[in-house]
Formats: sequence, C-alpha cells, structure tokens
Amino acid sequence: MKPILERLRSGEVLVADGAMGTMLFRRGLQPGDCPEAFNLTHPEILEEIASLYLRAGADIIQTNTFGGSPLKLSNYRLEAQTDRINRIAVSFVKKAAGGRAYVSGSCGPSGEMLKPYGTLEEETMSESFEAQISVLIDAGVDIICVETMTDLREASLAVRAAKSVSLSTPVMATMTFDRIPKGYYTIMGVSIEQAVGGLTEAGADIIGSNCGHGIDTMVEIARLMKKISGKPIIIQSNAGLPAQKGNEIVYPESPAYFAGKVVELIEAGVSIIGGCCGTTPEHIAAVRKAVDSIARVNN
Amino acid sequence: MEILDHISKHLRLGDDEMVLSLTKRAIARNIHPKTILDDGLISGMNVVGELFRKHEIFLPDVLMSAKAMYAGMDQLKPLFLKGGIPGRGKVVIGTVKGDLHDLGKSLVGIMLKGVGFEVIDLGKDVAPEKFIETAVREDAKVIGMSALLTTTMPMMKTVIDLLRQKNLRGKIKTIIGGAPITKAYADEIGADAYGFDAARSVECVNALLSD
Repeated sequence: MKPILERLRSGEVLVADGAMGTMLFRRGLQPGDCPEAFNLTHPEILEEIASLYLRAGADIIQTNTFGGSPLKLSNYRLEAQTDRINRIAVSFVKKAAGGRAYVSGSCGPSGEMLKPYGTLEEETMSESFEAQISVLIDAGVDIICVETMTDLREASLAVRAAKSVSLSTPVMATMTFDRIPKGYYTIMGVSIEQAVGGLTEAGADIIGSNCGHGIDTMVEIARLMKKISGKPIIIQSNAGLPAQKGNEIVYPESPAYFAGKVVELIEAGVSIIGGCCGTTPEHIAAVRKAVDSIARVNN
Repeated sequence: MEILDHISKHLRLGDDEMVLSLTKRAIARNIHPKTILDDGLISGMNVVGELFRKHEIFLPDVLMSAKAMYAGMDQLKPLFLKGGIPGRGKVVIGTVKGDLHDLGKSLVGIMLKGVGFEVIDLGKDVAPEKFIETAVREDAKVIGMSALLTTTMPMMKTVIDLLRQKNLRGKIKTIIGGAPITKAYADEIGADAYGFDAARSVECVNALLSD
C-alpha cells in the first residue's frame, strides 16, 4: 500500500471504520469489564470485527486499544499486561486487514487529570503514552490515532510521545467538542482554534474531531478547522447522542442519514471519514458508497 | 459581610491560597464557622456550579474552585468538631460499577460535605453490593450513585433492585445523577430522587432526609 499521507496529499478521501465499543457490547462485553481485556480472552472477536469493517469498505481499521495505556489499564490492575494487550490487538487487525487496509493504533485519554487540576505530572502521563505507543508501533501499526481528547495538554503529550517513539509513523489526533452558545469547546475549555494550533505544534500529521453530538455538528467543526489549517482533516462522528430504550442503548442516526452528510463533509475539506460510538459496519458501508459516488462524479 | 464576599469571589477564581488566608482571617474575627461556610464557601461554589451549567466556565475552573473550597473547609473542620455541631447524617456516594468517571460525583461529595453531611465516597467502579454493605454498616440513610456512560447506568437499577430484595428500600433512600440520567429514568428504576446537578443534588439529599 502507498503511504497514507501520500494518498491524502493526492486528494483522495479515505474511509475509516466505525465503533469498537458498540461492537464489543454486542459480543458479550459487560458494562464494567475492561474492553481491552477482550484482547487477552477473545482475540478472534477482534479479527471478526476488523473483517466486518474491511468488508464494509474501510481503508483504515482501528485496534481495540483505546484504553490500552498503562495508566488507564491500572484501573483494572492490568497495567502489567500493557505489552500483550496492545500487541495482540495489532496482530489480529493486521491479520484481518491483510495489507488491504491501514492499521491504526488507537490511543485514548489516560483517564487522569494533569496538575494543577488533578494529581498527575506531565512526565508520568508521557511515559504512559510512550509505553503503549511503542508497543503499537513495534507491533506494526501504519498510523497512530490519538483520540477523544478534551485536554489539549494531554493530547499534545500523546502526539509528542508517538513522535518520540517514531518520527516516520504518521499521527492523527482528534478532540471531542461540545456545542455551547459561544461555539465549539471541549469540556476542558479548548476551542477549535486552540486545538488546531496545539495539535499541529505537537506534530500531528492529521487533525480532526471524533465522538461528539452527531454528524451535523461535525460538518461545522470540519469547516471551522479547514478554514485555519492546511492539515488533512479526519472526522469520526457518533451516530448522534445515545438514548436509553428499555435495557438497550440506541443511537439515533441511521446509516442513510449518516452517509447523507458525506457530501458536505467532503465539501468542507475532510480527508478521512469514519464513525465513533453507535456506528456499525452498515454505517461505514453507506459512507463508502457515498465517498465512491462522489469520487466518480469528480473524475 | 465583606470578608465573606471575598471568600466567595476568590473561591470562584479558584485561588486556594487566598481562600485559605481569608477563611483564617474570618475565623480570627469570630465569625461563626457555619456562617463562613454558608455565606463564603458554599455561596461561592453555588455560583461556580451555575456558571458551569451555563457553559461560561469549564471543568478546569470548577476543579480549581473545588480545591479552594477544600482549603477553606480544612480550616473550618476542627471548629465544627469542637463546637459539637450535630452532623446532618451520613451519605454514601460512588460511581457505579464499570464507570470510571468520578468528577461529577466528587463535586456532589464536596457540596454535601460543605453543608455538613458526613460523606463516605466509595470512589469509582463501585460494585452494587458495596454501596449497600457500606450504607448498612455506616448507618447511612442515603446512597448517591453517579454514571456518565449509558452502558453503566443500568447498574443503578441493580442497586435499587438489591435494596428491594433486602427489604431496605425506603429505609435507605437513593439519589442518582450523571450526564445521561434523566428524571424519567430515575422514576423508571425507582430511585427516590434525581440530582440534576451538584447543587440540586444537595437540595434533594436534604429533602430525602427530612421526609
């Protein structure tokens, strides 16, 4: 495969995969269980999920390592398993992808707050990210994805950790914004301008947003980002905000609705479109179709 | 009193050193500890809660204000113990099993302590049995549960069902809160109260205990 950044530079729009958690819950993950512990007990499920997204047409498939940093794993007393948990996740996605899709190493928040708001030193956080990311890169991911960040300092530490492990591995970094009366901000108070500036300075190759309130707000976020940045933009939206229906969690945006926004995302300048919570292989298949039909028109 | 307004203002600004020294000064002036607490610290924290709800400030501001609140409370605590002000009862709080988000819950804990409750904070990822065992052992009359994830909120129902099984429902009241929680959900699972936000949770606990 051509290097991912090269394809983006040539103007190609790539499709990323959808939710991992949603898929794991449907396969027996219980609320309260550590999602990454599945890597140790059910690696074949990782391969199955990756295959489903590959078949749906994803060009980029993420590893089940969102909470795979030793700091986060320590909540489940699994920090000593950091190496195995991350390595297994990469190897099973790689197996499923078979060179037909890029393997993206997911790296989510540490779950701790930096001083002065919390108790954590920057150095401790950096070490934790580095410990996880060095395994992901060693195991052979094509790209690192720092995601669902709300604190710009934390996001920057993760991006820098990735770059300190390997300068040649591309890094995408996405933050999660709320829409409030004065604009888009993360719960930690980071604006889109600050996010774009900070992530770029930290060395991210691709920037963007994930999770969030739904695909409509993502179109606006993408426009605002593109206005002030020349970096490729990635958008991985939730299928709307979740609601409880009896004992089930439902996400309101259907594959058709979700994919209906692809044209606006591409017009806004987005280079990678994927899904976050509540999106399924059906959502990604619909996005694939929409991306392909737009590409055909443009050619 | 002007000094209490200052406490309140510096708490809002998250200046723990100023809150500490102003609280000391207020104590030295023989202002009643309860007055310092109510009209200085808590009134400041109420404003913080309101500003956060209106998205005028963000989480870091709230956390710094909470720190400042603790700085002031540490000065007042020995006086409350010495003065023998009767406690207002015990409350067990925690984030439900599977959920590692304890910020909102901790805020509620701070506010409850602020108004004189004894708070037993079990932290995050708390097993259903643990809520109940602790409440029974400590003779707490209220269990407060928090969840940020839609996937973990059913755990609240588990706790309430367990209380029912043990014939403790009614003897131990429950209040639930967190981003995905609604009044309708609280009613559906049989919680005794719904804490819309930290400030209102305190009012609800007050009401539950005076029933």
